[in-house]
Amino acid sequence: MPSYWLPCASLPGYDRPMKAPRAPLFLERKTYRRRRLMDAARILPVVGLVMILLPVLWSSSEGGIGTAGETVYLFVLWIGLILAAGLLSRPLRAALRRETTPPAAEAGGDRDGVS
Amino acid sequence: MTLNILIPAALGYVVFLFVIASLAERRAESLRASGRKPRFLRSPLIYTLSLSVYCTAWTFYGAVGYAARSGLEFVTIYLGPTLVFVGWWWLLRKLVRIGKAQRVTSIADLISSRYGKSNAVGVIVTILAVVATTPYIALQLQSIALAFGAFAADQPLAPRQLALWVAVGLALFTILFGTRNLDANEQHHGVVTAIAVEAVVKLVALLAVGIWVVWGLADGPADIMARISEAERPEWEIQPGRWLGLTFLAGVAVMTLPRMFQVLVVENADESHVGVASWAFPLYLMAMSLFVLPIAVAGLTYLPPGMNPDLFVLTLPHALGQDALAMLAFLGGFSAATSMVIVAALALATMVSNHIVVPLWLSTRRRAPWPVPEAGDMRGLVLNARRLSIGVILGLGYLYFAVSGGSRALAAIGLISFAGMAQVFPALMGALYWRGASRLGAVAGLVVGALAWLYTLFLPSFGPGVMMSADLMAQGPLGINWLRPHALFGVEGMDPLLHALFWSLALNAVAFIAGSLLSFPSPVERVQSAQFVNVFDYSRGEDRPSARGWSREAAENEAEDLLAMSQRILGGADAQGFFQAEARAQGKGGFLPDPTPDFLDRLERELAGSVGAATGHAMIAQIVGGRLVTVDDLMAVASETAQIMEHSAQLEAKSEELARTARQLREANEMLQKLSVQKDSFLSQISHELRTPMTSIRAFSEILMDDEVSPDEISRYARIIHDESIRLTRLLDDLLDLSVLEHGQVNLDIQSERLSVLLDRALMASNSVQPQRVFTIRRQTVDEDIALRTDIGRLTQVFINVLSNARKYCDATQPEIRITTRQRGGRVTVEFVDNGSGIPKKSQMLIFEKFARLTDTHQAGGAGLGLAICREIMQNLGGEIAYLPGQGGAAFRVSFPAVLQARPSRAAR
Repeated sequence: MPSYWLPCASLPGYDRPMKAPRAPLFLERKTYRRRRLMDAARILPVVGLVMILLPVLWSSSEGGIGTAGETVYLFVLWIGLILAAGLLSRPLRAALRRETTPPAAEAGGDRDGVS
Repeated sequence: MTLNILIPAALGYVVFLFVIASLAERRAESLRASGRKPRFLRSPLIYTLSLSVYCTAWTFYGAVGYAARSGLEFVTIYLGPTLVFVGWWWLLRKLVRIGKAQRVTSIADLISSRYGKSNAVGVIVTILAVVATTPYIALQLQSIALAFGAFAADQPLAPRQLALWVAVGLALFTILFGTRNLDANEQHHGVVTAIAVEAVVKLVALLAVGIWVVWGLADGPADIMARISEAERPEWEIQPGRWLGLTFLAGVAVMTLPRMFQVLVVENADESHVGVASWAFPLYLMAMSLFVLPIAVAGLTYLPPGMNPDLFVLTLPHALGQDALAMLAFLGGFSAATSMVIVAALALATMVSNHIVVPLWLSTRRRAPWPVPEAGDMRGLVLNARRLSIGVILGLGYLYFAVSGGSRALAAIGLISFAGMAQVFPALMGALYWRGASRLGAVAGLVVGALAWLYTLFLPSFGPGVMMSADLMAQGPLGINWLRPHALFGVEGMDPLLHALFWSLALNAVAFIAGSLLSFPSPVERVQSAQFVNVFDYSRGEDRPSARGWSREAAENEAEDLLAMSQRILGGADAQGFFQAEARAQGKGGFLPDPTPDFLDRLERELAGSVGAATGHAMIAQIVGGRLVTVDDLMAVASETAQIMEHSAQLEAKSEELARTARQLREANEMLQKLSVQKDSFLSQISHELRTPMTSIRAFSEILMDDEVSPDEISRYARIIHDESIRLTRLLDDLLDLSVLEHGQVNLDIQSERLSVLLDRALMASNSVQPQRVFTIRRQTVDEDIALRTDIGRLTQVFINVLSNARKYCDATQPEIRITTRQRGGRVTVEFVDNGSGIPKKSQMLIFEKFARLTDTHQAGGAGLGLAICREIMQNLGGEIAYLPGQGGAAFRVSFPAVLQARPSRAAR
């Protein structure tokens, strides 16, 4: 029998029960804010999609606002999305960095959210 | 403006790009040499700009044409990606994290890595990508040819010839910068920087034309809005199906297009850059789209009808005498086309070489022992494979352009590509979010989706009669109506693109899900699925579970071969540096670390960065040979281990049993030895006891035989001889008695008597022993009134023996014997306690043994069998005799049943 090296920790699921004592149920204020920020980042594209699809409903009714009006609407929406993404981006990147640099500090970064 | 200006301008622009790219390469090289990171070259700004490779000639020329034909619909192509980027926290973050964790080199690599590092999956995705990208490259060539044609309408110019030269030129550029070296991370600083510069050029060019249109031709935004309303046509109305479908398709394409995956995931230097791109890239797209509709409207207004709307960006300033602006627009369009071709060719070449050429080469090598000394540089092979692939891909693009005729709307061609690459989407989503997605499902989905796409969109795109006969297009194959390419399963009247998109993705998803549900993934797949889906649960670094697992068995002599191979792929200096660092980490000097499993994992990851996961794994496998441990092997080993553990558990049980038996045997052996010793001592005692009287009998009888003996001497000696013979007889009687008692062959003489009578008799009889001593006897005669039914004679014998012993050995000056009697539950207990010094503790165990005499005196004339006989008698009477310690003197307790139940003798038992 050759002596195999068996990396026990490499078997899937092996280290899960031992690792990371369950994420806490309630979070301190700062972490809570960060989690809600992540939720907002997740909701943003959904809101964007719904609003992008709005012109479809308009044009079906006679006498819509026309291509010019739709253009204005879409570009304003577009700028709004960019601004929202820009506002969310900085704290999210900070969260990302916090999550990646100290591996243990923020284990299971988004367990509180819909992931 | 003539070709005499255009061609030098285009060439000059290419030279400019060339300089930028080589400067960036050199800068990155020098920074790397000094151990620093190319901070600017890998900044979020460059990252975002390089993403703009999404905006190709299609955007630059085609979007305006699209807007002129279909109104606002063109924005869906940019709104889809906007949503994907705005929602980066959902998807892109995970995609990039996985890409970095798994050292992914292309979308094909990602999919193949996720589905069990299966090269078959990689090959399917690669072929699909090549087929799907070909029209896209053709689109770029067509746009450049059109642009040249627009300027030189009066000159004889063969667009195909021109396109061929453009293709050759771009192939050369890509080969020069894309395949200069084989980077461990598959990142190309030169190319990325050049792409970023091109992004600025095309944006500036389009903005310049747009600003000129809005503020030069028209009177500002309000005027333009009015003109848009004026120019509005019925076709411009938004079609809900296409609006939603194209938004979705564009959102998918921005991740799955090989070139987008290349810049988005592979060339990504830092995850947080995605965060910046989440708003910066939509901003770029928005800026690119901002003036599209105004330019289209202006083109429709100012240019004579019948002009190709795809070229409005170019022809509008050209026709209105703005030659400088037209030149800028031309360069913008040129840069948009070149950047796409370069990155796409690069990404595809990586896929082709990693998933098709190298595995093929390896499989031909398999029979040869690996480190063939004269085998060329592996890097050379990989790079040459890429160079060849770039040539082939551009050749295919040119071919598509030549066959399709180069006359169709740009946007339509681009959408065919999008729909083709969208077939990767179900497998990609499954890879990222569904643990149960399996290789079989992925293969089924990809193949079914790709075939549906080919049949409903790609092949018909050449037009009736080119790839598919007009008959087939109109009637369906063999006249089967419901298999018509544009009306599959009877779905008629749908837009052909939507129709193809719907059917291909629907069939793809169904096949993918069904295949996944019905199959059972291999161990490697299951490990990889956990690593992909739960990528955020695993912290970065080395504690990530590895799907590989190299055995320690590999740890012999292979380090040198590994180094030789790695040098071929990573390059001499890099490989040596890596090996040296590893050796140092292991606490060794030199260049050869022990090929520990950890080291092999890291090396494989390093190689995977250059040649893909499947190939890297296969290459190490070749060196480590049969001793490579796959997860399958690990599973086998694990079950083997389980068996062994079971065996050892059984063995343990057996050995315990054996130990128990051995212990029993040892005990038995000890007992036997003790018995043997006892027997020896018994024999020697017996002989001693027999010899002593025999000796005196012989001696005195010899004296008697002598004549000179006086008569009183005769009588004295005769008495001695008589006494000694009595003693001998008694001894032999005792021995006989003991033997009989021990073997239970005694015949008990059961009689009825009172205990007090027995005691009286015993006291009387024992008085003959040392009659000179006067003992005080204390009795409770009331208690002794117990009727007994047992062998009275034997019981009396025991009492006499005990009492005689007391008389013999009690050393008190005022000796007394206390006799206590108790009856409890049919059992009688009689205790004889004297007031002597008693029996020392260590001797208490011995007194019931044969020939155990505490003092070596002859005083009692007994042979030392008395108490042994007593014990045997008591056992025969169903009772016992025991020494009672702690009573102030010698104390014996005799207990026995008052009525002896008739029971079978011991021998009968």
